[in-house]
Amino acid sequence: MNQRTTRLGLLVAASAAALLALTACVPNSTTTSRSSSTTKLTVNSSATACAVSANTAPSGTVSFTVTNSADKITEFYLLGADGLRVVGEVENVTPGVKRTLTVQLQPGNYFTVCKPGMAGDGVGRAAFTVTDSGASIKPAGDLTAQTTVAAKNYVAYVKDQVAQLVPANQAFLAAYLAGDDAKARSLYASTRAYYERIEPVAESFGHLDPELDFREADVAEGDEWTGWHRIEKDLWPPAGVGYVALTPDQRKYYADKLSTNVDQLHAAVNSPDYAVSIDAISNGAIGLLDEVASGKITGEEEIWSHTDLWDFQANLEGARVAYEGVRDIAKAKSPSLVKTIDARFAALEKQLAGYGSLTTGFTYYNELSTAQIKSLADGVNALSEPLSKLTATLVK
Amino acid sequence: MEEPRQHGLSRRGLLGLAGAGVVGAGIGIGVDRFALSHDAAATSGVATSYPFYGEHQAGITTAAQDRMHFASYDVADIDRGELISLLKDWTAAAARMTQGRDVGPDGAVGGSLDAPPDDTGEALDLPAAGLTITFGFGPTLFTSNDGTDRFGLAGKRPEALIDLPHFAGDALQDEFVGGDLCIQACSNDPQVAVHAIRNLSRIAFGRASIRWSQLGFGRTSSTTRDQVTARNLFGFKDGTANVKAEDSSEVDEHVWVPDGDSAPWMTGGSYLVARKIRMTIETWDRASLREQERIFGREKGTGAPLTGGGEFTEPNFSKRRTDGTLVMDPASHVRLAHPKQNKGAVILRRGYNFVEGNDDLGRLNAGLFFLAFQRDPRTQFVRIQKSLAGHDAMNEYTRHIGSAIFAVPPGARKGSYVGAPLFEG
Repeated sequence: MNQRTTRLGLLVAASAAALLALTACVPNSTTTSRSSSTTKLTVNSSATACAVSANTAPSGTVSFTVTNSADKITEFYLLGADGLRVVGEVENVTPGVKRTLTVQLQPGNYFTVCKPGMAGDGVGRAAFTVTDSGASIKPAGDLTAQTTVAAKNYVAYVKDQVAQLVPANQAFLAAYLAGDDAKARSLYASTRAYYERIEPVAESFGHLDPELDFREADVAEGDEWTGWHRIEKDLWPPAGVGYVALTPDQRKYYADKLSTNVDQLHAAVNSPDYAVSIDAISNGAIGLLDEVASGKITGEEEIWSHTDLWDFQANLEGARVAYEGVRDIAKAKSPSLVKTIDARFAALEKQLAGYGSLTTGFTYYNELSTAQIKSLADGVNALSEPLSKLTATLVK
Repeated sequence: MEEPRQHGLSRRGLLGLAGAGVVGAGIGIGVDRFALSHDAAATSGVATSYPFYGEHQAGITTAAQDRMHFASYDVADIDRGELISLLKDWTAAAARMTQGRDVGPDGAVGGSLDAPPDDTGEALDLPAAGLTITFGFGPTLFTSNDGTDRFGLAGKRPEALIDLPHFAGDALQDEFVGGDLCIQACSNDPQVAVHAIRNLSRIAFGRASIRWSQLGFGRTSSTTRDQVTARNLFGFKDGTANVKAEDSSEVDEHVWVPDGDSAPWMTGGSYLVARKIRMTIETWDRASLREQERIFGREKGTGAPLTGGGEFTEPNFSKRRTDGTLVMDPASHVRLAHPKQNKGAVILRRGYNFVEGNDDLGRLNAGLFFLAFQRDPRTQFVRIQKSLAGHDAMNEYTRHIGSAIFAVPPGARKGSYVGAPLFEG
């Protein structure tokens, strides 16, 4: 995070109330083929598995009837090809109860996953393929309905990311508290990725982002510096400047504080009041690219660990998810803008992939040449400029 | 044909025109870019606005404005069609801005509240202030450094668009060298010039990005007879012997590419050489007045050659003192740069002073951003610079740290775009 972020609070939705009335199974598109039948599938969500009756379906209407055979409340998610974007979900499935998700699916690759206990990255994550039935599928309903679905799915995505952040952060802090600094260092950047994907959301909750993500330079004289970057400095202590390592008690203090703040974030996004508006999603995508342009591309975000490209990747993924959620709506209004944004997203993703991945790790920022950084900055500018027009296109 | 907008053409200006013996609307080719307005308050002699479209691009023989923002661009990994679309977008934007208008139809405040404004807004309420925007094509647009012909233009590269040779003493820094495209924005208001480069750069995102850029705060050359010869940061008049817009035969001979040169698409265009020259101000300031004048070959106050007369008197390089020594040091700048020493080579200089704060040693980071337009750099800039590079007494106080060359295409016709003959010819 950096203090220049200007889109604070945009993700706090004004039009929340309408969304709350929705059931969990709003279709996200409708099929126009004359007599396409619904493909009916079942899902058994147990404590350890997420058994879907088939791993493929023809494009068109697909329903998933979810049975909870575990003893905790569960959720079922259908995710996009990136494994991040929520295409559809059912939540609050209590033990013994059945609920159905009905969606209109385009041909492509998806993932299914269940989340008993509604935390962590879920169980039974599996690929799900939709083959081309030949049916023509268009976004369902009027603009209002499409907008509602987009907003709902984005909230589900935010919840999913925070749900994964909680255990990842616990593992990171456990290593840190145990004095296993090497392990803590190895978990640092990948833990933060869950947060960096949805950072504009956290920024909407006032104190949370400053306490979680302030860099040392962001802190005003006299204010306390807490959060990931405080621990980052302790894990990658600067040499030769008299840095004093934190004591075990101090480590516990900062770890507890970080853990509490992440829990608060989890509670906030799971509050029944939490919702987003369509422009907030779009502005969130723009805000994530701004984060890249102002903090990551300059190496200021991760000044001790130099893991800026991990944050860059996560910001980019988060922006892509937000964009994909509203893409159909934007496409109907400005096909040329969507075409440009599509191409620039793809180009930047390809460029960044040249430096690694969240799975295998990235080149450290301090190992990049000036020319490489300039080239990445050009890619960010190339995407950000058309993306900055997305919100106006959506709301016009 | 260029005429300043109404509020730039005062009654006094019209009288001045008549007095200058220029009659009617038809002012000859070559003199179409100098100010027609001679308002007493406008000491620089620069009109309020210049037309963008015309036979030649503006910003060359146009009376040198006081301020400049110059930018060199690298073209992204795009195709020929996208490059053309960039030039079209740039042309449309430049045509608007040079007339004092916002960069796009919605402007700075006329568009959607949910979208970033078309125009960045810092030039709202400001007049065109004599803004000219001049575009150029670097050698790497035609052939990349690795030999790639990215846009199918390799065969169109003019022979005159050479890769500049290494000159003795060059201390070039990569970050100030080269570029696929350039834009020179000149104005009498620095904010207007910066606004132009900023908005054109914004339009280019994803298609081209700035490689380096330069601000200049004071013109060091006059390009019309009305303009007082300005001084460089050494405190000397610079550009006394410059090609002046009024000398149409000189302009035609030395500045514009004539019909029949090797690259037909360049007819009416020119070649631009840019050199970023750092000056070591502090040591210069410790040199005696005699030494300074010896180095230049001119008097510091009047600008007259040391061999006598006034500012515009021709120097006499063979004049000797009673003891037999030459009055004009053979290594003086004025002698080595003089056409007589360079087989008649003449260039149109349009440089600007710059100061960019200070360096690590607390010295002013200052110098001259040298810009020269010419018909053929091989027989003009290169010839002169070879003469200067190894021998100029001034070299002790200067260092060339940036360098670039561009083919400046002819002006665009209304309805067309800058560079159209290159792509369509």
